[in-house]
Amino acid sequence: MRPFSYARVADADAAIAAVRERADSAFLAGGTTAVDLVRQNVLRPGLLVDINDLPLSGIEDLPDGGLRIGALARMGDVAGVPAVRERFPVIAQALLLGASAQLRNMASMGGNLCQRVRCSYFRDPASPCNKRDPGSGCAALEGFNRGHAILGTSDKCIATHPSDVAVALVALDAVVHTRGPAGERAIGIDDFFLLPGDTPEREHPLEHGELITAIEVPATPVARRSAYLKFRDRESYEFALASVAAAVRIEDGTVAEVRLALGGVGTKPWRARRAEASLLGQPATGASFAEAARQELASARPRPLNAFKVELAQRAIVRALATLTDGGAR
Amino acid sequence: MVLTVNGKRHEVRLEPRVSLLDALREHLGLPGSKKGCDQGTCGACTVWVDGRRVLACLTLAVACEGREVTTIEGLSSGGDLHPMQAAFVERDAFQCGYCTPGQIMSAVALLGEGHAGDDAEIAEWMSGNICRCAAYPNIRAAIRDVRDAAGGKR
Repeated sequence: MRPFSYARVADADAAIAAVRERADSAFLAGGTTAVDLVRQNVLRPGLLVDINDLPLSGIEDLPDGGLRIGALARMGDVAGVPAVRERFPVIAQALLLGASAQLRNMASMGGNLCQRVRCSYFRDPASPCNKRDPGSGCAALEGFNRGHAILGTSDKCIATHPSDVAVALVALDAVVHTRGPAGERAIGIDDFFLLPGDTPEREHPLEHGELITAIEVPATPVARRSAYLKFRDRESYEFALASVAAAVRIEDGTVAEVRLALGGVGTKPWRARRAEASLLGQPATGASFAEAARQELASARPRPLNAFKVELAQRAIVRALATLTDGGAR
Repeated sequence: MVLTVNGKRHEVRLEPRVSLLDALREHLGLPGSKKGCDQGTCGACTVWVDGRRVLACLTLAVACEGREVTTIEGLSSGGDLHPMQAAFVERDAFQCGYCTPGQIMSAVALLGEGHAGDDAEIAEWMSGNICRCAAYPNIRAAIRDVRDAAGGKR
């Protein structure tokens, strides 16, 4: 591993100032992405600023029924909060289906949003990768792209965003709160993730030194009936080939309210707005679910090795909705 | 920096890039924690930091200053095996033994977390520890034994 300097800070402003001081510095929270990628020579910080002592680990109920999750709350701790399991089961399930118990003890919620892609070319400094080395090309387009994205791709990058909980948060319109050189701001979570377009190296609209402080989930009654389903080669401890975060409310046999987001298939956590629009007012039947799924995946751009994801994602949507509605019985 | 491992203070001079795993194995004479992948995918390096199971390969040693680190060497007291170690022997829960320290550290923490209800739950919550020798059924049996001897889910 290349050498780097290390500093530990106790408050947000000290952290921001420390990172701002040099262009090659970065925040260090759980380290599950940073230490791995520094060892692989993909990330090359000159300074890591350890923010683990910042008072940002709280998980609190908001008076209106929402939830405020501190950026340094660990994945495992959030999943264990009774209020999360009761009011937002999709969040708890997404967390517990991700990573491993050890990683969930280490990994912070803020870091989870900022985790890097699993593309083997991104992670190999000798391979062309526009995300890691802008302009060098994309080896995945014609290479091993079985795990890559079918939605939100560009001819510069097709890497999948790997987070599970981000998919649940996108379905629930969470808000990312930050503190940076220009002060505090709130970023809608869908806007927090950028499509690769021509600049795959830009994944988030964060300034250098801008620190995530909290994630707020608005009060969302429909989230009480929600679930996260994850489909992958292995039953556990594996990234998604396709996943779905879903919440639904049925009235008189028709879909009154629905939230849907997809993981494992997009260059960012994918809010399935076309599917949602298709479902509203429709009878809660397999046929409606399948049509909504078909519409959402109509714009998919598969590569040879990941074309199976087009069908898999549709079936995942249908399975998720059927699970939440007992196949139409609820 | 000062690293506190298994209750003992160690004064060491280490670069920030040294992982906790390398600090234990190469600098503190504690090679019980194993390096299986060095990238957070196998669990062989599982230790406890402030009582929580984590991966030492993805932890920086310097980030552990001021925290309590527990390794497999710290599980037994004197010459007596920890009940989980004894159960692993009793149940033949290892072949080559390389994943074993990580399995044991993970298993003891699992019982503390209260996620050892049935075999499916044990398998899921132990999924971060991989065993190429496929000792899994016997690992689960050892965990059940210790759980039941302690009187329940813990």
